[in-house]
Amino acid sequence: MSEFAFLNGNEAVAWGVRLSRPHVIAAYPITPQTKAVEKLSSFVQNGEMDCKYLHVESEHSAMACSIGSSSVGARTFTATSSQGLLYMSEGLPYASGARLPIVMMNANRSIATPWNIYGDQMDAMHVINSGWVQLFVEDAQEALDMVIQSFKLAENHDILTPVMINVDGFVLTHTYEKVDIPGQELVDSFLPAIEKAPHLMNDQDPMSLCISAGNQHYMEFKIKQHRDMFKVFEQLERIDRDFEKSFGRSHGGAADGYRNEDADVILVTTGSVTGTARVVVDSLREKGIKAGLVKLRLLRPFPSDDLYELIGKASAVGILDKNISFGFEGTVYTNVNSSLLQKGYRGRTFNFIAGLGGRDITKENIEEMFSALLEQKGETVQYFNMGCAL
Amino acid sequence: MIKKLNARNIDAKECFYGHKACGGCGESLALRLALKVLGEEAYLSLPAGCMAAVSFIYPNMAFKNNAVITPFASTAAVATGIAAGLEALGKEAPLSVGFAGDGGTADIGIQSLSGAIDRGEKFIYICTDNEAYMNTGIQKSGLTPFGAATTTTPAGKAIHGCVTEKKNMFEIAAAHGITYAATASIGYPEDFLNKVQKAKECDGPAYIHIYTPCPTGWGHGSKITVDLAKEVVDTGLWFLAEYEDGEFRLNRKPGDFKPVADHLKRQARFRHLSDEEISQIEVMRDRKWEKMLKNWG
Repeated sequence: MSEFAFLNGNEAVAWGVRLSRPHVIAAYPITPQTKAVEKLSSFVQNGEMDCKYLHVESEHSAMACSIGSSSVGARTFTATSSQGLLYMSEGLPYASGARLPIVMMNANRSIATPWNIYGDQMDAMHVINSGWVQLFVEDAQEALDMVIQSFKLAENHDILTPVMINVDGFVLTHTYEKVDIPGQELVDSFLPAIEKAPHLMNDQDPMSLCISAGNQHYMEFKIKQHRDMFKVFEQLERIDRDFEKSFGRSHGGAADGYRNEDADVILVTTGSVTGTARVVVDSLREKGIKAGLVKLRLLRPFPSDDLYELIGKASAVGILDKNISFGFEGTVYTNVNSSLLQKGYRGRTFNFIAGLGGRDITKENIEEMFSALLEQKGETVQYFNMGCAL
Repeated sequence: MIKKLNARNIDAKECFYGHKACGGCGESLALRLALKVLGEEAYLSLPAGCMAAVSFIYPNMAFKNNAVITPFASTAAVATGIAAGLEALGKEAPLSVGFAGDGGTADIGIQSLSGAIDRGEKFIYICTDNEAYMNTGIQKSGLTPFGAATTTTPAGKAIHGCVTEKKNMFEIAAAHGITYAATASIGYPEDFLNKVQKAKECDGPAYIHIYTPCPTGWGHGSKITVDLAKEVVDTGLWFLAEYEDGEFRLNRKPGDFKPVADHLKRQARFRHLSDEEISQIEVMRDRKWEKMLKNWG
């Protein structure tokens, strides 16, 4: 039996984890992820979850413990944010290269310095090449559901790739929403016990993991890993379809369009800002403006085909980035722009950088973005809601 | 009662072979001996370092056991993760063992070791101490002894080798209130084997610090590795001790120390030392022994 509850994004993640029945959780607290690990700790301490909870001394060890437990076939979860993600980043390619199906929540947050605890997506972009699936969610319900889906995805033997679920700091982690918590039996039937992959450590046929490979072998390992990453698209869609059959709701595949079919101008978003953008698109449509939206759910693997299909023949596309790759542009823009160019897209693309360090992205900001797209005016890279002239 | 191990009753099975370590490598001998006690059911974690470099070169794997190369700072964390995973999957009394060198233990890995001991989980950590970063080309670590020349503390005209003393890793591990800790040397293999056996049997985290000469890094003949490892105990420059039930115990109290100078001069890393510097090393040794005999007697 499912039940509705009033949960913030962190608690929704914790419920998703609880329902997924991990064997091991290793985590270190960091704002704004703390409520997630506190909730999980209380589940364990109250006997509501039967799992080993490792109170580690750092994020570096959180990832290392996760590598250890996942390498013997245990379903493993960890959570982090910002500097914590950067601190554990050494371990990320160990996990992905060893094909360990770890699931991690990353509460998206800015990166020092200046120090700032609020939400943007600089942290996720910092580790975009770590070989992890990078998934962005829009609300607490999607966060809960995607934890369950992510274990199924990561543990698929064709994928065997760790998944990072990005949950916007504060906007999602600390905002309460009505969330449907699925019943345990339903989740159990959707997400069966983890099936040990043959390359993992086991008593019958001992394995060496995280091995070294010389220049005569290394490249093949990496290309294999790269190619398997593309299998995520198909599997994620299949998992979502199955999820819908069981749970009655769907979150789609790698990218999701909203009023995009006949749109002249389209804004591409990731994460929580999508909700605000939907409202703006609706109001522009009421005025007869053909505005549309594409929500990127996956940044790795990058859904080039889906994206082009969703953007279609729009005359201009704006890409909203809550990050900057210093000395260049927003990282999502780089990806979208490159992908569209390869597909032969002929419209103009703009990069809208906003919301750094938790700065609000208002409806008015998004309206301005659409104006820029409609008029196709201004610089390719534009900054929004600046507090002072620079 | 734990069965005492010796040359006659030790397991003939090998779990570590075909590796590419240098001739006379002390570290590989320590691993080989330890695995005879730990058995092939032990799960091994090793960070970047000589033992990882010589054992995991695809497609030639040198361990009979399950084994993993860990991020450099993470030997203890990965080992406890493995233990937790196995336990959560229902394996009874899983045996998870970390092997790391002096740098991987006393420098970059000390935080994860401390955290893992603090959690009180059952795992064994064996530090194979060859007193410098040998895999990267003999650079100073936190366990390089006073006077030793390394490539980052060469015997220069102004500064004559390493100016710091070894970090007391054994005492640092013990200070956590660890279940079992010990020092050992491959010069006294029976002592080492029995300490590994104790670590295996104990109910909680265990730390063993073993002295493992390195012919390449120290500049000595590969034939005298074990001899040097015995001599270092007989000269008092290393000691055999245990920490158990909250108490320290010396396993060997040499009456007269063998001459330090002869021992040091057999190693190229100490050949530059003046008589005065050798005397300084003796003073340090005597001070250490005075404390140990007084406090651990």
